[in-house]
Amino acid sequence: MVAVNCEQVWLQISDYIDGDIDSTVRPAIDGHLKECPRCASVLAGTRNVIQLYSDERLFRVPLGYSWRMQRRLASSMRARRGTARGWVVAFAAMALVAGTLALSNSRGVAPAMKSAHSQPGSHVPATLAVWITDHGKVFHIEGCPFLKDNDNPHAVTAKEAIEEGYVPCVRCLGEYVTRLAQAFTHKATWAGFLAAR
Amino acid sequence: MKAAPDVDTRERELIRRVQDGEQEKFYELIKPYERRVFTAAFAVLRNAADAEEVAQEAILKAFANLRQFRAEARFSTWLIQIAVNEARMRRRKEHADMMEPIGEHTDEEGSYTPREFPDWREIPSEALERNEVRELLLQALAALGSKYREVFVLRDIQHLSIEEVSEALGISRASVKTRLLRARLMLRDLLAPRIASGFFSREPFEKGNKPW
Repeated sequence: MVAVNCEQVWLQISDYIDGDIDSTVRPAIDGHLKECPRCASVLAGTRNVIQLYSDERLFRVPLGYSWRMQRRLASSMRARRGTARGWVVAFAAMALVAGTLALSNSRGVAPAMKSAHSQPGSHVPATLAVWITDHGKVFHIEGCPFLKDNDNPHAVTAKEAIEEGYVPCVRCLGEYVTRLAQAFTHKATWAGFLAAR
Repeated sequence: MKAAPDVDTRERELIRRVQDGEQEKFYELIKPYERRVFTAAFAVLRNAADAEEVAQEAILKAFANLRQFRAEARFSTWLIQIAVNEARMRRRKEHADMMEPIGEHTDEEGSYTPREFPDWREIPSEALERNEVRELLLQALAALGSKYREVFVLRDIQHLSIEEVSEALGISRASVKTRLLRARLMLRDLLAPRIASGFFSREPFEKGNKPW
């Protein structure tokens, strides 16, 4: 039988794990690994490395990645398809905007700004993970009974959903806000209690 | 790892339809590989935001150049190749002033002596549920030199064959194998001291088990 030393084992440990090793050398390495605790430890550690990194849970794509990809692709396809028609539409839109601006300026009075609090979704934290669907106009949090799996939901941040014109679901996000408010009141009561002492 | 023949047939059919003008079928075509494209870009760039941007660029580029795709190649390898090239271009442009990770210029053929650690035999299956373990693994990966990291990610995280890694990165099969060996051993050396010395065995804080 061929004899191998530690260094030869280390050099071939990767191929050994992958099963990509000459059948005449393999028994020698097997034998060496039985006898040498140091090499056995290198083998165990290297196997663990491979096992840990091969787990799907390690790499998480950012929230909303798939949805943003789909949107970017769709807009690039639209751009390629309708360049000529796009110019006509763009000119029409510019004319419309210019007209509207001229009209609003001529009236002299700027419309009052809306309070930020009257905007739908302003109470939802921007980074909260929420679910939207292609055809709906409402966004939900995980587990909302109004969200159906067959609607093909995408996960995005609340900020993105609001920017896209989605509004919070009254069922799940209504409850979320109520609970948040309760927690806040609870905390405030405690803070008051502690301050009084 | 070869894909099942029905996947290849389905893919070829989708590619033909996109090339014939059914653009909206392209998303269906790339959907199974979205995650892989991201991971490949991440392997080069080590940053999720940049990796996402590059992944989008790569997919758009694949869409624009689908006509150049040759049927004898595998579609997934072709996509990953585009992602790796885009990411490398971005790295050259933006990361010229960044700190070099370890092992960037080490000799691939040089000798190796494993460091001695307490035995690291078992991994509890819930390990990756813990954020600190995930962080540790990602940090160790980021600490590798890019030539090792790229090979390791494609082979051991994305499970490409040696042949496919060599094609995607444009290096020889022998280089893939040497770099893979190095990457695996370096990761073992980086992780074993943390993990083998009881990283997993720490008890969670429970009643009567508080550290104060």
